[in-house]
Amino acid sequence: MTEPAMVRAENVHKSFGKVEVLKGIDLEVAPREVMCIVGPSGGGKSTFLRCVNHLEKIDAGRLSVEGRLVGYVERGGKLHEMKDKEVASQRRDIGMVFQRFNLFPHMTALQNVMEGPMRVKNEAKSVARERAEKLLDRVGLSDKPAAYPAQLSGGQQQRVAIARALAMEPKLMLFDEPTSALDPELVGEVLDVMKDLALSGMTMLVVTHEMGFAREVGDQIVLIAGGIVVEAGDPQQVLSNPQHQRTKEFLSKVL
Amino acid sequence: MTAPVTTEPQRPEAIEAIPVRHPWRWVGGAVIALLFAMLVHSILTNPNWNWGLVFEWMFAEPIIKGVGITLTLTVLSMIIGIVGGVILAVMRLSPNPVFTGSAWVYLWVFRGTPIYVQLFLWGNFIALYNELALGIPFGPEWFTFDTRTLIPAFVAALLGLGLNEAAYLAEIVRAGLLSVDEGQTEAATALGMSRGQSFRRVVFPQAMRVIVPPTGNETISMLKTTSLVIAIPLSTELLFQAQAIGNRLFQPFPMAIMASLWYLALTSILMVGQFYIERHYAKGATRNLPPTPIQRLKKSLSRGRS
Repeated sequence: MTEPAMVRAENVHKSFGKVEVLKGIDLEVAPREVMCIVGPSGGGKSTFLRCVNHLEKIDAGRLSVEGRLVGYVERGGKLHEMKDKEVASQRRDIGMVFQRFNLFPHMTALQNVMEGPMRVKNEAKSVARERAEKLLDRVGLSDKPAAYPAQLSGGQQQRVAIARALAMEPKLMLFDEPTSALDPELVGEVLDVMKDLALSGMTMLVVTHEMGFAREVGDQIVLIAGGIVVEAGDPQQVLSNPQHQRTKEFLSKVL
Repeated sequence: MTAPVTTEPQRPEAIEAIPVRHPWRWVGGAVIALLFAMLVHSILTNPNWNWGLVFEWMFAEPIIKGVGITLTLTVLSMIIGIVGGVILAVMRLSPNPVFTGSAWVYLWVFRGTPIYVQLFLWGNFIALYNELALGIPFGPEWFTFDTRTLIPAFVAALLGLGLNEAAYLAEIVRAGLLSVDEGQTEAATALGMSRGQSFRRVVFPQAMRVIVPPTGNETISMLKTTSLVIAIPLSTELLFQAQAIGNRLFQPFPMAIMASLWYLALTSILMVGQFYIERHYAKGATRNLPPTPIQRLKKSLSRGRS
């Protein structure tokens, strides 16, 4: 492979106080690839995802996005912490979608999508508005630009959140259990948008409990449990013929 | 086998029941109305209220000037208080222990001593330091100021009221900032916003919903606290002027009533302002904004017509 990996994790460790949540994660996501991360809760999936855009600092190991270390610069064999400004500019290229949407409640759907480009990239209002309208159309909400988040269903809110992340034109999208807070009948509309995004060639790292999505859309599936990667591989194979006992146990509960 | 039912079920007639009667509600209402009528009658007919005098002096020059001073003091010291309160609240939530510590000491001192004493100290600052100098700390001095010219009574009043208010508002602002979900900061950060941007654009506007109602309370309280600036002494504000006239005329009671009417009028104006500020920051938090009094009036008028 000539292209550098979009995300490369080598022996990543992370502790909260005395509790070690990540105990050496190794994985690699190639550009335009969709990786689904599954596993029991408390296993470290979400923590790993949050490390990728430096919402959490890693304690040991190497984590890089597009060949650049996350949150650190290497000079003369030593790691230097990045300034807030540099971390912020690194985050611009990484979109994130949260389990509980985290839309800005005091802004309309359209304003939510326009906010990032206008404040962070100093984009002109007309340009930001035009893109935001296109993105809302893309997630199927062209009729709701003036609605406040409280006036939208969970599925609609999550689709606005996806549009908001896409407005920054990221190279990598992180999804942290995007459908876990939704009513069952609303899960489909969000997964459809994500499937569409995957087909357009977006690199995606998806923490999810939707095994159907992982099987259909994922290029790779990774099972993280107890802070390590237990099993990784092609979703079809891993889901129908798991090799490890831990994977078998987990799948027997969720499938 | 029975034949399938083809007719649609009909909607039954709406219930028209005889409502329960509440005789005691009528009795209670009548008693209160009677007491109220007696009160109004006595206020209007008892000559000791001396309404003629109240309205004769209501718009006298020293009183109007006093109203102006009271209002200016209220607005300016609330501005000092709000700016100071936001700075103190941000300092208390900062990771820097020197910032948190000094904000805590500030609160401890300014909330822990009576406002009357603080006003007295600001008014008599000259007795503590009769010169202020600008220069290198512990080094040479470039400029020196006489505190008498630097801190006239009005400035002393502003400092006293504003710095005291900042301590109270700091806690109100802090409560507001803490009420905003952490996910909001995370979402803003994930978009690449700086700490300042996420504070100004995302956290603070949401905190305002919690901050505005108690701040309205503080503003109304400030309006009345301005009457304490006599400790400085600053004697041009409303209540002192009213009392001075009352004492001169040997009619303190009507003058106290007159001052109260002014305070009530000013409070009412402030309450209207608060309503509209609250409504502005309610955007998105409620599905529909509460109607303004004018909208409510229009609605009830149109209902009456139809």
